[in-house]
Amino acid sequence: MAEQATAVQATSGAPSAAPPAHWTTVAHELRRLIERREIAIFLVAIALFLYFWTSTTAFATYDNFVTLTQFLAPIAVIGAGEAVLLTVGEVDLSAGTAFVFFPFVVYFLWANAGLPLVAAILVSLVTAACFGAINGLLTTLLDLPSFVTTLGTLFALDGVMLITSNGVQETMALSGTGGSVLGNYGWSEILWALGFTAAVYVLLHHTRFGSHATATGGNLVGAAEAGLPVRRVKIWCFMLVSFVSAFAGIIDAIRITTLDPGNDGTTEMFYAIAAAVIGGTSLMGGRGTIIGAAVGAIVLGILYDGLYIKGVSAYYFQLVLGVAILGAMAANVQLRRAAMRRWRRLRR
Amino acid sequence: MTSPATSARTPGPGAAETENILEVEHISKSFGAVVALRDVNLTLRRGEVLGLVGDNGAGKSTLCKIICGFHRPDSGRILLDGKEVHLRSVEDARRHGIDTVYQDLALVPQLPIYSNLFLGREPTFGGPLRLLARHKMRAQAKAYLDSIKVHIPDIDAEVERLSGGQRQAIAVARATRQQVKVLLLDEPLAAMGARESALIIDLVKGLAAAGQSMIVIDHNYTHLFELCDRLAVLQNGVIAFDRLVSETSLEEMTEYMVSEYRRQVETGRVNGPAQP
Repeated sequence: MAEQATAVQATSGAPSAAPPAHWTTVAHELRRLIERREIAIFLVAIALFLYFWTSTTAFATYDNFVTLTQFLAPIAVIGAGEAVLLTVGEVDLSAGTAFVFFPFVVYFLWANAGLPLVAAILVSLVTAACFGAINGLLTTLLDLPSFVTTLGTLFALDGVMLITSNGVQETMALSGTGGSVLGNYGWSEILWALGFTAAVYVLLHHTRFGSHATATGGNLVGAAEAGLPVRRVKIWCFMLVSFVSAFAGIIDAIRITTLDPGNDGTTEMFYAIAAAVIGGTSLMGGRGTIIGAAVGAIVLGILYDGLYIKGVSAYYFQLVLGVAILGAMAANVQLRRAAMRRWRRLRR
Repeated sequence: MTSPATSARTPGPGAAETENILEVEHISKSFGAVVALRDVNLTLRRGEVLGLVGDNGAGKSTLCKIICGFHRPDSGRILLDGKEVHLRSVEDARRHGIDTVYQDLALVPQLPIYSNLFLGREPTFGGPLRLLARHKMRAQAKAYLDSIKVHIPDIDAEVERLSGGQRQAIAVARATRQQVKVLLLDEPLAAMGARESALIIDLVKGLAAAGQSMIVIDHNYTHLFELCDRLAVLQNGVIAFDRLVSETSLEEMTEYMVSEYRRQVETGRVNGPAQP
């Protein structure tokens, strides 16, 4: 700390020992790039891609890319939502359950109640946002950890799904242009995912709301003292996660045409949180990256798909995933420490 | 160095009005059976730097929290610019022009300096999308920090990279960036090295020279004598000593505090050192 104090002179005025301006600009930009938390996972993604591309013939094919994107698209969308929520210092364990439940709501409204499909989807999405608001209200008003509240709502929502569906699978087959837009076209899922990722990226990194979310997660007391509505910010983030999870679920359900109440969605939820975390989003709050979550989802997708093509048992996937999460986390922490050290040296 | 008298300063904005920017009259506050403030009368003149001293538990922080709108007094009133104000919340006090720099600084370590300076008041564009006007924030932040002579090499640096003194400077800058009538600084020099303290002392002096009215709470008399125009000592819930710095000295002040302490030990108000 003392070292830092001397290294970082503030009011001594003239930056006397400063190197030439163009050199500092280049070094500055380079440092910013290296310090980006997404860089580690980005390199991992490229390495994995090259590995599976060169070691198999079936990986780099059109059909496989379609499969790959369809696997990673929901993870990317839910992961983007979770990254925002982790940024405010909360987590949503019920996101995966929302992912499987809200397609059922669409089905009930559309097939059973006879609502037009678009209306059914809209009602379902609004309901999903309300479900997120419940998560947020429980967490902020009862002052409970979101780990607990959303664990509770996870089981509750799963229960509601099992009761209402009677545990019976349903089929939701669409045709025509609408069906193509909503998931039938091979690339539609990843296109939606791209759109959502871009929107959430702008939200977190380029809007006032995103800045307040970072402040809320970074220094809750301080943000409140600065006059930010920290509870409201958190509730909006919970609503966002439920909303995007529901949307991803609806698109995914339309693509695979089957609704399965036997799936409680926890796998999707854990993949999404894993994608956010290995992408560089901190579980401690205050530090979220949407690009990181997207690249994290791509890494999970490439791993899953590549290992499958190589004939590695799906059982290994979990093991590799676990190691990948640990490795990426360790790399992130180390990289950040190194960046801080370098920064202090340069400032001296 | 003893500070020059108030008259030597350039008057603050709107100096034509009342001489006293803040008047605290007969304030009392109890928490259950504990009387924190008995009958506090305190005046802050326009452009003045007032040092508020007192032992732990003397009621300093209670008084500070009443002035900044966090607590409501049981009785008494607060006049700002000669007009009585009822401060309902910290946000309300801020709207009236009373801002506080807390000891915890209320900065967000993960956000860049310019974002911290604008926290909660970010300029935006794009209508309802409320996109951050980053260029504007950067430029204004840099210009403002330059104007108060806080030189930070990189306005984009996250606050977590700054030293304690720099953080304090940013917190003060955030409070003063918009016109503030009364600025409360809660132990701005706590836990700071010599170099860091010098940085903050320079900053506070600069603000004072620009006519900013301030109340500084601190334990270090040497610092207070360097910074303030006037010192007030809060003891047992009342202002027990209130004098211009130019009319007193560090020795007198220390002597007063020691004799007061002895008197209290004798009257049994405070426990003296344990007898062998």
